[in-house]
Amino acid sequence: MTAPLDVQNVTMRFGGLKALSEFTLVMQPGELVGLIGPNGAGKTTAFNAITGVYEPSEGEVKVGGVRVNQEKPHQICTRGIARTFQNIRLFKQLTALDNVRIACHAGAESGFFDALFLTGHHRKEEVRILARAEEYLEVMGLAHRRDEISRNLPYGEQRRLEIARALATGPKVLCLDEPAAGMNAAEKTNLMGLVRSIRDRFGLAILIIEHDMRVAMGISERMLVLDHGITIAQGKPEAIRKNPKVIEAYLGDAYLEEKHIAVPPQENSK
Amino acid sequence: MGRLRLLSRSILPFIVGIVILAGLQSVMPPVFAVILIYMGVNVVLAVSLNVVNGFTGQFSLGHAGFMAVGAYTAAKITLSLSGVQFPLLGYGVSQQVIFAIALGAAMATAAAAGFLVGMPSLRLRGDYLAIVTLGFGEIIRSIIENMKFLGQATGLSGLPQRSNLIWVGVSVIATVVMAYRLASSTQGRALFAIREDEIAAEAMGVDTTGYKVRAFVISAAYAGLAGALIAHAIQLSTPRMFTFIRSIEVVVMVVLGGLGSISGAIVAACTLTVALEALREFQAYRMVAYALLLIILMLTRPQGIFGTRELWDLPFFRKLFRRPALAASGAAPTEVRDDSTGGAR
Repeated sequence: MTAPLDVQNVTMRFGGLKALSEFTLVMQPGELVGLIGPNGAGKTTAFNAITGVYEPSEGEVKVGGVRVNQEKPHQICTRGIARTFQNIRLFKQLTALDNVRIACHAGAESGFFDALFLTGHHRKEEVRILARAEEYLEVMGLAHRRDEISRNLPYGEQRRLEIARALATGPKVLCLDEPAAGMNAAEKTNLMGLVRSIRDRFGLAILIIEHDMRVAMGISERMLVLDHGITIAQGKPEAIRKNPKVIEAYLGDAYLEEKHIAVPPQENSK
Repeated sequence: MGRLRLLSRSILPFIVGIVILAGLQSVMPPVFAVILIYMGVNVVLAVSLNVVNGFTGQFSLGHAGFMAVGAYTAAKITLSLSGVQFPLLGYGVSQQVIFAIALGAAMATAAAAGFLVGMPSLRLRGDYLAIVTLGFGEIIRSIIENMKFLGQATGLSGLPQRSNLIWVGVSVIATVVMAYRLASSTQGRALFAIREDEIAAEAMGVDTTGYKVRAFVISAAYAGLAGALIAHAIQLSTPRMFTFIRSIEVVVMVVLGGLGSISGAIVAACTLTVALEALREFQAYRMVAYALLLIILMLTRPQGIFGTRELWDLPFFRKLFRRPALAASGAAPTEVRDDSTGGAR
């Protein structure tokens, strides 16, 4: 079976800066993978390379076995990769329902003429889209906010609406860029449960960038750690927690010296 | 049965409209009829420009150029077929049929022009797009000015007087129905998504470039229709009717009414047409009045008269006709509270 997402040795260069080097990630259905790293490590760059915002300088991104390097974000989205954004990017002046309905548009078959002449085809599609959008709002616990303008929603609900919107595109892989940012402790716990239940319900692979270690460690089954664009470690959360190179990347070598932890040489990083 | 209901739904507004318009046409004194025709043409222009500037959030300043394309196409057709009578049809009917063909051709050529302009320029955004569309509008005009075939600077005169309340009224209905259906369809929502956040729209599977071009083409087609109507109302088509100032007038209508609001565009187009007629004696101060109006509006209500809302979204009308969707879900009409700070943020 082909993996829903297969990223091989992707390098992103911006002029002389290597924001991401030889990033490799294969996601299987139902996997929950965490992507962590200090600020500026290249996590969001990796997301952008996967979702088509940037075209990788080197390497290959395959979605469901198809090479998508040159495709535009909307094409990659219809192939089954959905994402949320680090700084919320909802359609602010539209209602919660419309936000989700727009995402249901991915793969819509009726065109402008169907819309202008109200063909039966178009009307069936509208009914289908409405039903789907309401379902996703329900899943994310936002059914009661259906007709609210999205920018009037509380912060936590805006985050959840963004996830509902991403889900509505019908993805096989869901990429969440810091979904817990700005949430309080209770909301974070809630979110962790929600992410797991989404995975179970829709059988998705979920790739999650997270700064909050408690959330990242608590939710991921496998983790990748980036630092200066280089994948410095990967494995189970328990192993990552103890990995000296990860600790060094986050807390600096002074911390390691103080605690008398030895850093293994760079060569055996993989 | 379903099919029949569907058909009746699509053509019912036109049937009702034609009956009312025919009645109006027969009782209306010509002076008012002319103003009504101007009004209708402006409504077609404003509502169609609103699809690009309001729905999609792309600032186009080239509407007059597309008007010109439509006006000249239709004028050429009606002029060259002026004496033609179809078999089995009376002369008058034949001429009306020819005018209908001319209007259709005007829409088609204007749409083609919209496609040609839109393809390269819609990769730009904001000010850059405004400048490019402005340039294209002027290019279209100066091409016409230099073509012998199209009468150069003197234009085409002696067009048959064809635009009456019925033709204009039907065009207005067609435009408004188009805009309304678009706004409430999934394609229309994709356009709104582009206006709200282009990056997010793209990430959610909306082909942003494709949709922008489509919006542009539709908008241009209706601008062409308006151009054809105005040319056959004043029986003249000259390049001077389609200058950059004309584009600005339409933009003012759309902004005044509220970008994205169909009823706003209609109200603003009607108001401005009447105001301009009333100010006809002070012709020289017209642009001053325009500029002042815009300044005052931007200072006091930057989102336009209606914002992105429609007439029927206002609390007063809400009470009159409770919207079924809201009533069914039992949700409070919470949308009302949003727009007061819209432009400021």
